[in-house]
Amino acid sequence: MKLLAAGKRLRSPRRYAALGLMMVPGLLYLLINNYLPMFGVIIAFKDFNYTKGIFGSDWIGFKNFEYLFKTSDALLITRNTILYNAAFICLNLIVPTGVAIMLNEVRKRWLSRMYQTVILLPYLISMVIVGYLVYAMLSADTGFLGRTILPMLGLPDISWYSEPRYWPYILTAVHIWISAGSLSVIYLASIIGIDPEYYEAAMIDGAGKWQQIRRITIPLLAPVITIMTLLQIGRIFYSDFGLFYQVPLNAGALQSTTNVIDTYVYRALMTLGDVGMSSAAGVYQSLVGFVLVLVSNFVVRKLNKDHALF
Amino acid sequence: MKTNNSIGQWFVHLVLLVISACCLLPFLLLFITSITDEQSIIRHGYSFFPETFSLAAYQYLWHDIGRILHAYGITIAITLIGTAAGLIITALLAYPLSRKDMPLGRFWSFVVFFTMLLNGGLVPQYLVYTQLFELKNTLLGLIVPGLLMNAFYVMMMRTFFATSIPFPVIESANIDGAGEFRTFVQIVLPLSMPILATVGLFQTIHYWNDWFNGMLYITDSKLFSLQNLLNRILLDFDFLTSSNFAGGNAAELTDVPRETVRMAMAVIGIVPILIAYPFFQRYFVKGLTIGAIKG
Repeated sequence: MKLLAAGKRLRSPRRYAALGLMMVPGLLYLLINNYLPMFGVIIAFKDFNYTKGIFGSDWIGFKNFEYLFKTSDALLITRNTILYNAAFICLNLIVPTGVAIMLNEVRKRWLSRMYQTVILLPYLISMVIVGYLVYAMLSADTGFLGRTILPMLGLPDISWYSEPRYWPYILTAVHIWISAGSLSVIYLASIIGIDPEYYEAAMIDGAGKWQQIRRITIPLLAPVITIMTLLQIGRIFYSDFGLFYQVPLNAGALQSTTNVIDTYVYRALMTLGDVGMSSAAGVYQSLVGFVLVLVSNFVVRKLNKDHALF
Repeated sequence: MKTNNSIGQWFVHLVLLVISACCLLPFLLLFITSITDEQSIIRHGYSFFPETFSLAAYQYLWHDIGRILHAYGITIAITLIGTAAGLIITALLAYPLSRKDMPLGRFWSFVVFFTMLLNGGLVPQYLVYTQLFELKNTLLGLIVPGLLMNAFYVMMMRTFFATSIPFPVIESANIDGAGEFRTFVQIVLPLSMPILATVGLFQTIHYWNDWFNGMLYITDSKLFSLQNLLNRILLDFDFLTSSNFAGGNAAELTDVPRETVRMAMAVIGIVPILIAYPFFQRYFVKGLTIGAIKG
């Protein structure tokens, strides 16, 4: 107590100035990287012109948004983004939970660790490399799937990179391949945290393995799964740009099923140079995304305060 | 607690082995393809058991070794500089925020946190970095935008400082006459190695794997990172043989083993990370679980 009191006397404004100074570089970075772009959304309401700059360009109100929502693209990219995310969320409920429960049943620790190491591998590599791996499977005339697997099943080769209808399945599979490992590891950590007494009591009462999983593991894991799922729902308007750009090799023929809001914004900006349309789509994404994050956080907070973001 | 249910055990191992194979085999296919003879690929497609092996792809790439090493150099440079600078500014920001006695601490925490909820999106960010600050075609364009620091890691570190470093330790250092900065460097940081290692590892992976900044801000192939080089070759193979990249190699354009060179390039790109992975795997798993449980 004495020490604390002496400490308080030392807390002169100069000391806090030192602490304040430490925060300057980080806050400056957030100002440039995050807050300036937030104010930069005003360009969605302008007829942007590179020579006039951000502030000099003329205001045009909601014109950019009008153009955007008149195109069929707006509906298409919204639909794609939401449907893909919905599929990802459903599969992320099932696959990683199953894998985590199975990993927990592996008795030898080194073996369990080895499985974990292997299933996390896809999560570690860049999306460009994933693009190469998928290309090795699907490339026209030489792909492993088309030349080896399909003939074994007696099916003809398909030119995957020009047939949009297969891509919802391909991208969903690739997404699960990448993300299942990390979610499994997270769920496994909370299964390991379950008090073994529950299982001992269940065994004394004669519960088999399957019953233990159904009545103990899954109910006790449910809160974590719920939180992870709600966080994904909060981000349903965003998607992994790399997955939708690199994996289909940016193929124009596939855009009806692979174009999502993030890729649309990128292409409108970098390929077409249409700043107005691109920024309008970006603002649309940011605002709806913001509302969804708030709503899902509100729900998380109702369920379990500790897991809420705020 | 675990019963001796051997059929169950066999089932579990069987399923896990199949899943592991799904994760590993694509990498094996990539590697085998890179050492396959081009003609054998054209005839039979990519295969785990090729007819003829050949190192032609690597021989071809050997001519371009200077450029590949250059791209590696760029990647290593941005990874080292970015991770070091990012860790420093993250820790410097997180520490004052973790102090309960910091005036306006809650306000500044909210300023950091709010960036996780709302972002301005790609277009304004691109214009800020190209119009306001001219980062196009500079190394800073690969390091600064988006990757240098993120609010999530600041919050993770703040939680670690607040919960793992007892306040009396900081107080007593102050009483002994250490200023705030000295306390931070000599007392707090040495006690925070676990969180610094975790965040540093994730930053390293983000920088090593990043191709997005390169796609946005770099058009000059001299500044291509390894991932940008891989990206360009994947989307447009001719880039590898174009004079833009290959320089004096144009004479051999006619018989480039296209498929195998492409795969050999990818192998060259992932080997270092695969070698390093077993050593950092434990921290990687730990980082994933802390990040998910409390962000």
